[in-house]
Amino acid sequence: MSLTDAGAPERAAGNAPSDPGRQRRGLTERLLAVRELSLLIALGLLVLVTTVRNDRFLSGQSVKDLLLGCAILVILAVGQTLVIITRNVDLSVGSILGLVAFATGSLFLSAPGTPWPVALVVGVALGALCGAVNGGLIAVARVPALVITLGTLYAFRGIDYYWASGSQINAADMPPSFLRLGNQTVLGVPVLFLVALVVVAVVGFYLRSYRSGRELYAIGSEPAAARLSGIPVGRRVFAVFVASGAFAGLAGVLYAARFGTLDAAAGTGLELQVVAAAVVGGVAIFGGSGSAYGAALGAVLLTTIGSSLAVLRIDPFWQQAVVGALILAAIGLDRVLALRVAARLRGRSAHGA
Amino acid sequence: MAHDSLYAAPPTAEAEPGAGRLASLRGLLGSWDVAVVAALVVAVLVASLTVENFATGRNAQFLLLDLVPLALIALPMTLIVITGEIDLSVASMVGLCSTLMGQLWLSSGLSLELICVLVVLLGAVLGAVNGLFVTGFGLPSLAVTIGTLALYRGLSFVVLGDQAVADFPADWTAAVVRTIPGTSIPVVVVPLLVLAVIFGVVLHATAAGRALYAIGNNDQAATFTGVSVARTKFWLFVVSGAVCGLVGILWTLRYASARGDNATGLELTVVTAVLLGGVSIFGGRGALLGVLAGVLLLGVLRNALQLADVDANALTIVTGTLLIASVVLPNAVADVRARLHRRRQRHPAAS
Repeated sequence: MSLTDAGAPERAAGNAPSDPGRQRRGLTERLLAVRELSLLIALGLLVLVTTVRNDRFLSGQSVKDLLLGCAILVILAVGQTLVIITRNVDLSVGSILGLVAFATGSLFLSAPGTPWPVALVVGVALGALCGAVNGGLIAVARVPALVITLGTLYAFRGIDYYWASGSQINAADMPPSFLRLGNQTVLGVPVLFLVALVVVAVVGFYLRSYRSGRELYAIGSEPAAARLSGIPVGRRVFAVFVASGAFAGLAGVLYAARFGTLDAAAGTGLELQVVAAAVVGGVAIFGGSGSAYGAALGAVLLTTIGSSLAVLRIDPFWQQAVVGALILAAIGLDRVLALRVAARLRGRSAHGA
Repeated sequence: MAHDSLYAAPPTAEAEPGAGRLASLRGLLGSWDVAVVAALVVAVLVASLTVENFATGRNAQFLLLDLVPLALIALPMTLIVITGEIDLSVASMVGLCSTLMGQLWLSSGLSLELICVLVVLLGAVLGAVNGLFVTGFGLPSLAVTIGTLALYRGLSFVVLGDQAVADFPADWTAAVVRTIPGTSIPVVVVPLLVLAVIFGVVLHATAAGRALYAIGNNDQAATFTGVSVARTKFWLFVVSGAVCGLVGILWTLRYASARGDNATGLELTVVTAVLLGGVSIFGGRGALLGVLAGVLLLGVLRNALQLADVDANALTIVTGTLLIASVVLPNAVADVRARLHRRRQRHPAAS
């Protein structure tokens, strides 16, 4: 599966400046481009078809709504990408988002004069703390992250409910400067989306160009081999969960800014949408492959499908079914691609020898 | 991991001189299953003594009624997890079967008996789709069933929209909540027990059951011993779907309502119960008795706390903590024991 992406094999091949190495690098890069390209094409087609049916789909307000709608999912999907690349999964992101969103509201409620950057830092720190709980438990229990984060999905959500105990925080309780953050635009682009873009760029660059970023792919491709080659697997996995928690915290603060009205149910069920976005974006569920850009495109695609269906006057109840079908198509496509690449590489090495 | 090496006694420093006492405890609480059953007994006793209205027939009836869907789905889920796979689409299959039952009843004019048969068959087909993706195309079940979780839930909204079908015949809806005469045990417990016995016998007393453990431990080795891994897994997903069809019928009749959001989120509770029951998420390990005890433990704790006026939503803390404890404790205890063992080995050598 790792062959469908510029993962560790490509890196290894890139070190040897021989001809076959360069060829293989070209191949994997082409395939990487194919995945993000195919997502862009799908997105373009979707927008085209929708606009042909209703030209207001590309009007300023509609595009703004679309970008606003996908920003939070993009941030979560990028955080999830870091985790899934290491062959783990973080199911607790929806609950962390809910907890942080409520905490942000409570902070403004108890200390009305708090400047919003402080709230942002507090929210991200709380998210990182939740992530550290996940990472620490995984290190202690030595069981798949699926189990631990399923547990903390419940636990964080329960804490949220216990804390809120039925109460609700309204937009009137929050400072206008904070709420403006959720709706303001710069040159027509919502601030929320700009934040998401920065997150995508930073994580995308980190995964591609930093040593520890490359090590995440190695861990996901084969944890045992990664350990043997001296990568501090435990520390990296812990850090990845802290990062995922921090991004969920960031998303929680932005959620509070955007919606204003908060109860303990914020973000319920979001985790599966996040995993879906990453998987549709070409992040292999068993690790070692994928990019932040792909996951972000996956999140944008899923959000756009939602709004397109409404514009196309297709029963909005179809949306979830389409998302499900898309996930199945995406993992099926990955499988076919992986098999083909494997076959081609086998053929080439047979010729080369 | 080391699920069957959990002992209730906390191995503190004073445990070392009392090694004999520890050994007898080990005999008593020999396995994770027994530990879960013991925890269940303790929970029931404590709840009966301290929580008002817990030990009443009426409460027992509702407690069991709530647990039957969970326990039913946990049966095939146990088998699937033992083979190292997972089925996250179960709750969505229940929802889709429920709405289809409602739609058929609303518009087809078929008899309810026939509709029930059709719904169970439909469940089996949905499960077969999962099985086909997993075994036919060789895709990871985690990803496939996240996909079908969304797909089936979406389709169940497509079938009925946000409407509900509620006009089922009263004698049918009453039959589901009826109790066995003279007791407060609901009659739906009977099919659950029958199925539990069947699943238990298949898993623990037949070659097919042993094959499931073999697949979970090492499916290549299982293939070499003549087990048809793909076919076995395929049929497990089919059975899971059929059981979800049955649960869809029970759910619809119990609440006299077929809705698109029926049983939303149940998949995570089922997985929690199965793991709490001592089944390893890696596959190859676990027993049905532990799973049923896990389901009951989960239900009893939630029910007792709810009666004690804890907010129902905040109760998810209990679910989450139990799940984490059930995977962290065995390892932590095994670690401490290994350390004690090493120290004991070093001591005689030093003296």
